[in-house]
Amino acid sequence: MTPDIGSGPPPAPPGRARAAPQSGGGGASWRHELGEEGARGALIAFVATVVFVGVAVWLVLSSDTWPDVQQQFFNPEDFRESWPDVLGGFWLDIKMFVIAEVLILAFGLLVAVVRSLRGPAFFPLRALSVIYIDLFRGIPILLILFLLGFGVPALQLPGVPNDPLFWGVTSLVLSYAAYTAEVYRSGIDSVHESQRAAARSLGLTQWQTLRFAIVPQAIRNVVPALLNGLVSLQKDVALVSVLGVREAVREAEIYKSRTFNYTSFVAATVLFLLASIPLARLTDWYTRRERQRRGQVVA
Amino acid sequence: MTADPTSPPLLKVSGVHKSFGAKVVLQGVDLEVAPHGVVCLIGPSGCGKSTLLRCINLLEPLDAGLIELDGERISGKGINANAVRRRVGIVFQSFNLFPHLSVLDNVTLGPRRVRKVPRRQAEERAREVLDRFGLGDKVDDYPDRLSGGQQQRAAIARAIVGDPELLLLDEVTSALDPELVGEVLTVIRDLAAGGMTMVLATHEMGFARDVADQVCFLHEGRVLEAGPPAQILKDPQEARTRQFLARVIAAGRL
Repeated sequence: MTPDIGSGPPPAPPGRARAAPQSGGGGASWRHELGEEGARGALIAFVATVVFVGVAVWLVLSSDTWPDVQQQFFNPEDFRESWPDVLGGFWLDIKMFVIAEVLILAFGLLVAVVRSLRGPAFFPLRALSVIYIDLFRGIPILLILFLLGFGVPALQLPGVPNDPLFWGVTSLVLSYAAYTAEVYRSGIDSVHESQRAAARSLGLTQWQTLRFAIVPQAIRNVVPALLNGLVSLQKDVALVSVLGVREAVREAEIYKSRTFNYTSFVAATVLFLLASIPLARLTDWYTRRERQRRGQVVA
Repeated sequence: MTADPTSPPLLKVSGVHKSFGAKVVLQGVDLEVAPHGVVCLIGPSGCGKSTLLRCINLLEPLDAGLIELDGERISGKGINANAVRRRVGIVFQSFNLFPHLSVLDNVTLGPRRVRKVPRRQAEERAREVLDRFGLGDKVDDYPDRLSGGQQQRAAIARAIVGDPELLLLDEVTSALDPELVGEVLTVIRDLAAGGMTMVLATHEMGFARDVADQVCFLHEGRVLEAGPPAQILKDPQEARTRQFLARVIAAGRL
């Protein structure tokens, strides 16, 4: 039954060892084949990528309009000149992103927990959270920004701030927290009902049950989805520029209005990509690690 | 210690009805358990054994009927279910340990959060119980590192660590590989010998015969027949009981 591990592949990690008996005597050989195909596959992928990218770059650079494109979008001079302002604006984007994300994760969780409370006594709270989620998931962020960022300060209510930065972050939080609450809720619903029964049977209150038994498991289940939201928010902070907040996109636009050159936008693009690609890889890494931890990965 | 039939019952269930939508599960269950008594509920799947246990622990509200614990009403309106659950432990068929907590944290969660026992004291007591159940070297492991038998013993430890007056066991060996059943039954046998009042739903007829003071055969949501194990398992009066036991014997479970 046991494949000849000594002569075959290196010692299998626990996840693989468990899967091996199912494949019977041929377990060692199919894994070996898969390994070879993997190495050849990587080579094919590499060659194909080099050829494809090479052809694409050659086509672009050899086209008649390339000098114009370069002048408008990839002008080193303009890049250098716009860079400090765009970078300065980008730091503001990062700050808004961090503050908003913390508030979103906290507020979203609160809304989700309230929506998950059971019993007639909590009906008003549940209803409130449903209305909030429906409302703010249904309105485009841009519209929320206009309504809160321009509309509220125009009312000139006493004691209400009229700083566009404040209303910009508030709009992002309100919109994203509604989505995030639903992500959390799907996590809460994914925890088996028997866990709730086990916690309640110990005498824990409904609140304690959520706090100590359900929510910790729920969050673990939805971390990839939360990280995805993180990546998305990291770009959407740029929307706050419509309120005149001088973040990266706004700075780029100011530069463009002055010089009629779009290279400043490319500078902003580079910054946003530099920030979002590591976040995306982090998401991939975490998801893979979780799957391995749960023993779902065989090879 | 054995049950004392002359003392008033610790648990008294009278006329309990329970339906899930159109599906009637319990229709008038009566049951009495003496202090230190061990009552086994037997019967075919779907006869209401699990539902009855969940009703006693107030995990399911009753449609009608009354449940009393030590002479006090614990069912119906105006009852603090959390306070009742402190006095009644339950162990589930599929263990239901919390996968994100170590064995020790699983066992101390109730005492620490419900009865506000200080952490050190709760852990000391938990280690004591886990040691007794042969899990002394598993306290820091997570449930998914344990065998089914070890998980179920940890679940029993979690249920009894707060010294409940009554322990409910819901087919606690049904999800186990046959070779792991024994270690769990040993733990339960020890608890019975220690005087723990228990109600068990079980398919282990041999075990029921050994530890139970009383065996109740449930059929279609009622206690059809009850009595000492020797009588119910050897000489059942009801045709339905005979039929059920014949099937159990054919399956090699008695």
